[in-house]
Amino acid sequence: MALLRTAFRAALPPTLPIAAGFLFFGGSYGLLMHAKGFPIVYPLAMGYVIFAGSMEFVTVNLLLSPFAPWSAFMLAIMVNARHLFYGLSMLDTFRGLGWRKPYLIFTMIDETFAIDSSVHIPALVDRGWFMVFVSALCRSYWFGGIALGWLAGGVLPFDTKGIEFVLAALFLSILLEQWDDDRNRREDDDSHPRPHLAIADLMDSARPHASALIGLSASAICLALFGPDRFMIPAMALMLVTFLILRTRLEAADDEHGPRNGVAR
Amino acid sequence: MMTMTTWQAVVTIAAVSLGTMLTRFLPFTLFPDSRRPPRTVTYLGRVLPHAMTGLLVVYALKDVSPFSGSHGVPEAIAVLVIVLLHRWRHSMLVSVAGGTIMYMVLVQLVFA
Repeated sequence: MALLRTAFRAALPPTLPIAAGFLFFGGSYGLLMHAKGFPIVYPLAMGYVIFAGSMEFVTVNLLLSPFAPWSAFMLAIMVNARHLFYGLSMLDTFRGLGWRKPYLIFTMIDETFAIDSSVHIPALVDRGWFMVFVSALCRSYWFGGIALGWLAGGVLPFDTKGIEFVLAALFLSILLEQWDDDRNRREDDDSHPRPHLAIADLMDSARPHASALIGLSASAICLALFGPDRFMIPAMALMLVTFLILRTRLEAADDEHGPRNGVAR
Repeated sequence: MMTMTTWQAVVTIAAVSLGTMLTRFLPFTLFPDSRRPPRTVTYLGRVLPHAMTGLLVVYALKDVSPFSGSHGVPEAIAVLVIVLLHRWRHSMLVSVAGGTIMYMVLVQLVFA
């Protein structure tokens, strides 16, 4: 018991900043599900078996669209592809933890990865239990947010029409954050001066954003060509092909700027 | 409202869950001895995440049409608000809440 208690006490503080965000976004998700007429068991079950925020929001839309399980499956893989790289860097960390290992993999998200891979765990604290509690706490904040949001949906004094825009707002905010990250990384090692031509400047400022720009334009092109109900799979295919064609250029640009924050090695 | 049957909804959620779990469990089954993954995999892992966010933004706005309804004006205003809030506060919580509330106000009161 003492073992569990010290592990819990160590795991709680680093998860607290996450609680606020999860209550808010889980709450928005619960509220959205209520506004779209789903019983509470839907968002809670989806939270349990998916537990990947963005994808849960997207699944609300998928459930309101024509039945297309294959593209839902493909979309989930592409949207969550970053988990592959979290997994790769946790291969050693999760080793030898018995039944706790599948649980830690099952519950791995951006936030648990960030804590488990960066927080210094005191020697007295059991590492496996520490990570189990980090996961369990993050999940409980998420479920709590969902339940509160869904329940609030029934008693809100105002109309929830337009709440579905939370999906676009969320993804756009993520895009803007990543855009800033890309630019900062570029400025960090922008040491060697380049000749000043307007077009070169433009190219230069676009290069760190190549991924985001390819994602946006491939999707926009396919949306125009295939329409809103069937553009996702072609868009993902076009993106992959574009990245493979541009590989030498993008990899060269990236090496120049050094490895990215350690996640993808 | 949902037009699917309950079973179709269950299959859809299961498909999303399977796809998501594949991304979590695959590294541990493919590289049990922490063998280094192929370079193409690490390269795609570097470039895909930000591109997928771009796809999700387009996905979330896919049904907005400039030729019908309110011509995408409320969406454009809300997007602008999110960009400005992001510039100002650099907080996802503030941007998401501000943009969504602005959109709800617009579609309920201005473009109703």
